[in-house]
Amino acid sequence: MTPVVRARDLVQTYAVRRGLLRAAAKLQAVRGVSLEIAPGQTLAVVGESGSGKSTLGRMIGLIEKPLTGELELDGADAIKRASGTAARLRRTVQFVFQNPYGSLNPRKKIGAILTEPLIINTDLTRKDRIAKAQDMMARVGLRPEHYTRYPHMFSGGQRQRIAIARALILDPKLVVADEPISALDVSIQAQVLNLLADLQRDTGVAYLFISHDLTVVGHIAHNVLVLYLGVAVEQGPKTVIFDRPLHPYTQALLASTPVTTGTKRPRIVVKGEPPSPINPPPGCVFSTRCPYVTDRCRLERPATRVVAGRLVACHYAEKFLQTMSS
Amino acid sequence: MMSLVDTSVPSDTQLAPPRPLWEFWAYFTANKGAVAGIAVIVVMLLLALFADVVAPHSPYVTNSAIALKPPFWQHGGSLAFPLGTDAIGRDMLSRLIHGARLSLTIGISVVAISTAAGVMLGLLAGFARGVVEITIMRAMDILLTMPSLLLAIVIVAVLGPGLMNAMLAVAIVVLPHYVRITRAAVIAELARDYVTAARVSGAGTLRLMFKEVLPNCAAPLIVQASLGVSTAILDAAALGFLGLGAQPPAPEWGTMLADAREFVLRAWWVVALPGLMILVTVLACNLLGDGLRDALDPKLKR
Amino acid sequence: MALLHISALSVEFPTANGALRAVDQVSFELEEGEVLGVVGESGSGKSVTMLALMGLVPIPGRVRAERMVFGGRDLLGISDRERRRLTGKDITMIFQDPTTSLNPCFTIGFQLTEALRVHERMDHKSARRHTIALLEQVGIPDAESRLKAFPHQLSGGMSQRVMIAMAIACNPRLLIADEPTTALDVTVQAQILELLQSLQRERGMALILITHNMGVVAEMARRIIVMYAGQIVEDRSAAGLFDAPEHPYTAALLAALPERGGIDGRLATIPGMIPGPYDRPMGCLFSPRCAYATEFSRRVPPELRAWQGGRIRCHYPLGDPQRAAKIAADQPALER
Repeated sequence: MTPVVRARDLVQTYAVRRGLLRAAAKLQAVRGVSLEIAPGQTLAVVGESGSGKSTLGRMIGLIEKPLTGELELDGADAIKRASGTAARLRRTVQFVFQNPYGSLNPRKKIGAILTEPLIINTDLTRKDRIAKAQDMMARVGLRPEHYTRYPHMFSGGQRQRIAIARALILDPKLVVADEPISALDVSIQAQVLNLLADLQRDTGVAYLFISHDLTVVGHIAHNVLVLYLGVAVEQGPKTVIFDRPLHPYTQALLASTPVTTGTKRPRIVVKGEPPSPINPPPGCVFSTRCPYVTDRCRLERPATRVVAGRLVACHYAEKFLQTMSS
Repeated sequence: MMSLVDTSVPSDTQLAPPRPLWEFWAYFTANKGAVAGIAVIVVMLLLALFADVVAPHSPYVTNSAIALKPPFWQHGGSLAFPLGTDAIGRDMLSRLIHGARLSLTIGISVVAISTAAGVMLGLLAGFARGVVEITIMRAMDILLTMPSLLLAIVIVAVLGPGLMNAMLAVAIVVLPHYVRITRAAVIAELARDYVTAARVSGAGTLRLMFKEVLPNCAAPLIVQASLGVSTAILDAAALGFLGLGAQPPAPEWGTMLADAREFVLRAWWVVALPGLMILVTVLACNLLGDGLRDALDPKLKR
Repeated sequence: MALLHISALSVEFPTANGALRAVDQVSFELEEGEVLGVVGESGSGKSVTMLALMGLVPIPGRVRAERMVFGGRDLLGISDRERRRLTGKDITMIFQDPTTSLNPCFTIGFQLTEALRVHERMDHKSARRHTIALLEQVGIPDAESRLKAFPHQLSGGMSQRVMIAMAIACNPRLLIADEPTTALDVTVQAQILELLQSLQRERGMALILITHNMGVVAEMARRIIVMYAGQIVEDRSAAGLFDAPEHPYTAALLAALPERGGIDGRLATIPGMIPGPYDRPMGCLFSPRCAYATEFSRRVPPELRAWQGGRIRCHYPLGDPQRAAKIAADQPALER
């Protein structure tokens, strides 16, 4: 089966102005990330601020063009877009944003917001468009009378449902969700997560789910990609990674996440803060904070290798395999 | 099995959420000045519309026999000409009422022209960025560096004196304000997620401009427009006073002031009354504009 | 004697359509050196309660309470001047977004020494020495050179450490932390929480930790208060709360956490929304969303009472052996 997304070595840099006289600095947001998502699966991209997860999401969601790299969406090349494929690509991938209060046009009614993608991309008649929008609204748990209301009359959770409805109304194969529940209360998060799971089961849509919350990732992801400073330090099936994280950063993330149940993981409090993406370390990106750092780590960038059923970028991944006996 | 749909809350609802328009009206009317302003403007509008019916005499008929009659409450005045007459016997009240029609026409037309042109240029500058934006904004900056009245005089001198040309001149003079406001609002809105979402849905630039972004830039523009009416009236009056705007015998308040300069000491009503009308109208517009801004600004909402 | 004693605290905000009750009859006590967690979702009133305690409720909020006593001193009748002597010295507070909590126009050093100069009346030199020691205590390397830095030059984690340094400068007896780590990355969050814990232990200061993150209070707090729609609904030891929550809202909140899995991949959810100013129920505020609501609980609001070593505001606590009988007797509400 064709994977819904196939990305190879995506790179993105931004020029950052530093005043009139100094040359612009290069901010390396994403430094060569490759990933694949099979139809109907969820890949969670995990990282903290400065990891490049939003940039990665925007590249795959066709909001930004990568500097270099290959990107295929449902088999079609998304970078060298042949004429006429733009519409088809749009129907393949859609986006859900983090902020429920900014992603809906405050001056448009919900019905107009939902039917707009249909107007632009399909030849449906007005009646059909309204019917499809109403159907989508019911599927996400909204009532028919909400069709003529404005966004400010809804709560954060309801607005995210509207945003999800808008993303799914073109029946895309992939939805990129950038921290879709971070701004919501816990009980509402649960509702939206259930909704996303139901919709995936019913329509077979794949998700690229960007999050910093590992408890959420642990719940909904099939596969996980851990990003640090633009580099995928570990990626693979969720159960494999969560059971035995091999990369020190993954270990630190899992240990730092506060939980209310279960056994407490050994506390690995990582020192310091992430370095700036303008000045990444020359060797391994995590070398400035890794508790196990050696000289080799500081100088040599580790290659991504397959170890114990997942991809990991660490010189000493096998050592962790041995020392861990969980 | 718990459903996802929001359950209707079975409680004793005493209050219903206010409808948005009503909420806006509530904030607006809380400001007494704004209410006074809108009342005055409504009165002016009615006078302007029904000038022919309301005015007791024609504003143009002259009669040197009754020249410089004082207002009715002074010695020598009569109720036939309640506010007196001017130097060539025209009824002041009728001229002032017809003047309202002229001044409001000027104010609204100028604002309409400059808003339309300003919004177009602002949208273009905000969307296009780069060279186009720089060209437009620097042109606006050049307009702004010149003293507004002098610039208006220069334009009228080039085009020739007359009311239409005066309106055009004033419109050009206030244009930069609308361009700047629109551009700033456009740039702010373009950074918001809903615009990106529309792009992801496939919206082209034109659709983005007019259907997504422009409606959200309306608030500051509305405020500027209502304040702009008063500026336009003042500027047109100034041009009229200088003889470059409406030409006599048009009963434009500024022109009336020009004709009356020599009578300041002898017949105060020929000078003071048109000036008073300008003052009241401009004040009303400003109060209205302030009230609109306070009511529309979400941050001031308590 | 308890360090802090609050009884029947209420905060109301008048709006165009009636009064909004942000905090409704909140009562609790805090001992010296105790770590109390206050959890709730948005609209629960947890932040406003602490702002009322500090005297920081924005106009036009109205604060009313039966008793508000701190360290033996009555906070209700206190003059503004006396309150200013207390806040910043004996009671301090740190807020959620460190980047906006620091004044961008002044250097870190100036803002840190300010508290010392005002409350302890230190001269400039000793204040400076004290400040450097504080910065080192909160884990900021190269403390002396940081004194000249401005807030925008610091990262989120650093800024929060500076805030904490400011808060502990005068050795407070109580530190209130309002969502101190919500705006921070997970690894930095762990560092800040660890710092708060060690400072609390070393100085024996009481700590009130306000958050919506259950995991954070599970690690930090000894006792937890759960708030809903401005009221306290449960007050229990942390261990007791997570093992056996008594209030249906607490139980539902815990069940909704993604880490608690859920049956076949679905999370338990709480239908409905918290009551706004226009649909405040007559009886129990949680009844519109409660799986166990009855006609009785919809009409009669429950009082906060002692229960199982803590307190609860519910007619049918989950640990009550007679609850099934009571619910049946009170006519379960049919529509949900």
